[in-house]
Amino acid sequence: MAIGHSSESPTATGLSLSRAGARPKRARKPLSDNAYGYLFLAPWLIGLLVFLAGPTLVSLYLSFTDFNLLQPPKWVGAQNYITLFTRDPRYMQALRVTFTYVFTAAPLNLIFALLLALLLNSRIRGIGFYRAVYYIPSLLGGSVAIAILWQQIFGLDGVVSQILGFFGVHGSSWVSSPKQALWTLVILHVWQFGSAMIIFLAGLKQIPGELYEAATIDGAGKVHRFWFITLPMLTPVIFFNLVLQIINSFQAFTPAFIISGGKGGPLDSTLFYTLYVYIQGFTNFRMGYASAMGWILLIIIGVFTALAFLSSKYWVHYDDAR
Amino acid sequence: MATNARTVRVFPFSQLLTHLVLLVGAFCMLYPLLWMIGSSFKPDSEIFTELNPIPRSLDLTNYIRGWVLGTGTSFTTFYFNSFVVCAGAIIGNLLSCSLAAYAFARIRFRLRGMWFAIMLGTLMLPFHVTVVPQYIIFNSLGWTNTFLPLVVPKFFAVDAFFIFLMVQFIRGIPIELEQAAMVDGCNRFQIFTKIIMPLLGPALVTTTIFTFIWTYNDFFSQLLYLSTENHYTVSLGLRLFLDASGQSAWGPMFAMTTLSLVPVILVFAFFQRRLVEGIATTGLKG
Repeated sequence: MAIGHSSESPTATGLSLSRAGARPKRARKPLSDNAYGYLFLAPWLIGLLVFLAGPTLVSLYLSFTDFNLLQPPKWVGAQNYITLFTRDPRYMQALRVTFTYVFTAAPLNLIFALLLALLLNSRIRGIGFYRAVYYIPSLLGGSVAIAILWQQIFGLDGVVSQILGFFGVHGSSWVSSPKQALWTLVILHVWQFGSAMIIFLAGLKQIPGELYEAATIDGAGKVHRFWFITLPMLTPVIFFNLVLQIINSFQAFTPAFIISGGKGGPLDSTLFYTLYVYIQGFTNFRMGYASAMGWILLIIIGVFTALAFLSSKYWVHYDDAR
Repeated sequence: MATNARTVRVFPFSQLLTHLVLLVGAFCMLYPLLWMIGSSFKPDSEIFTELNPIPRSLDLTNYIRGWVLGTGTSFTTFYFNSFVVCAGAIIGNLLSCSLAAYAFARIRFRLRGMWFAIMLGTLMLPFHVTVVPQYIIFNSLGWTNTFLPLVVPKFFAVDAFFIFLMVQFIRGIPIELEQAAMVDGCNRFQIFTKIIMPLLGPALVTTTIFTFIWTYNDFFSQLLYLSTENHYTVSLGLRLFLDASGQSAWGPMFAMTTLSLVPVILVFAFFQRRLVEGIATTGLKG
């Protein structure tokens, strides 16, 4: 702006007087856009440095040390990583539990979300009511209260054993059975499909109706229309939901902590990754070890997110033609 | 509207069937909550013997017994603490995220694209990567067992989701308003406070709602930093019922868990549209 103004001024002699009058006003605006940009950004930049990027790098350093918060960190090279992968069966168990959880809970959650979104997308009465009812669990689901409720529902005398009792299945407490405890957590996650459903509903509204009209004229039935219009048009939203689900469900903590009393039991069957980080870092105060686990989690999430992005060009349909 | 073309021809019967499926589904979804609410009014002996969530009488004993814990601390303290932390987090997010969002949306500065990409990248950063160094920082500052570690980071825009939300919103505000203000001699700060902030209302409301829900439901960082009962929040207070599992206190426990959901339910009741919009446009996790 300033350059444009000065190059103009020699020719615009007739206006020089009024221009001179305007000059003091201009002088009060000494900051360039560059300076303003960084001024506005300053809080975020400090936050990035102190709370996000800085700690991420520090934890990389700590992951190569022994550190218990009291003595200064002691460099041990790759020892933490070697121990994790070769001599820590609990870590392997944590990986197994977390992967089982992510790759059952996340897809099931999305399938329910999509099914309900499709049902609600047809012009049906009372959509507001249904949407609210199906959404409420995902609003409350992350809380301690719901985790406690879940523990009781799937406990020894809980609702689930009672209902199964009616059908002659006399099970024990799901929460204290090593085989079933993880599934109570999967069910808890699937129960919270509401927010993904809302994203799907928004996506369904974006699909132009002419596509359906044209297909119907061409004689496409319901199944064909779903398979060849709805699903392809929805793939960007499915993709978006998938990435969100991966990132979120790898980091699940509260329900596993509450249901297992902070220990990941019974028999480490609910030892979520994040729970094991917490146990090592803040119960055993092996902070270097916990940092190594944190970094591996970062890499795992990064790899799966990258995989989702890389694979997206083969199955995600972006409507560039429009 | 054009989508209606395909739904008009649906038989009433299939409509009925859809309603049936949806109603059964709705019942299954709500049953756990109804059971908990019902249990909060039942005597301990009835809770695990009856599936019917409707209590025989509206007995508030459980609520009175649950409010004050055996140790003398009461939920008055827990709710007060929770709301203090939430208020701090909300103010922090509103101030810091809107500043950053305005810079990203409207000001051309060097490396803007790079910083924006980094900002989006932090959305993916798991909390468990940064938690150990953060703990070390707050511990060395002597901030453990205070609310500061839960509130101070919010004043530095660590929740990138809200920056993103506000950037999207600011881009929708007509730039002519700012150009006019600039001609009138406003600088960037004046434009921000006099034009952008008033128009940013809806995005600020969405930020407030989600910050409240996330902070109120948060457990991990509160567990990490708050260690004495007088600093406990509602999330941590509820956990005390599980530690004292020796005697049966199911009724009071369900009374307090039920009560703890009320603030979030109220937010939902009043701001349902904003919540739904926030999720639909940015994928904020509800």
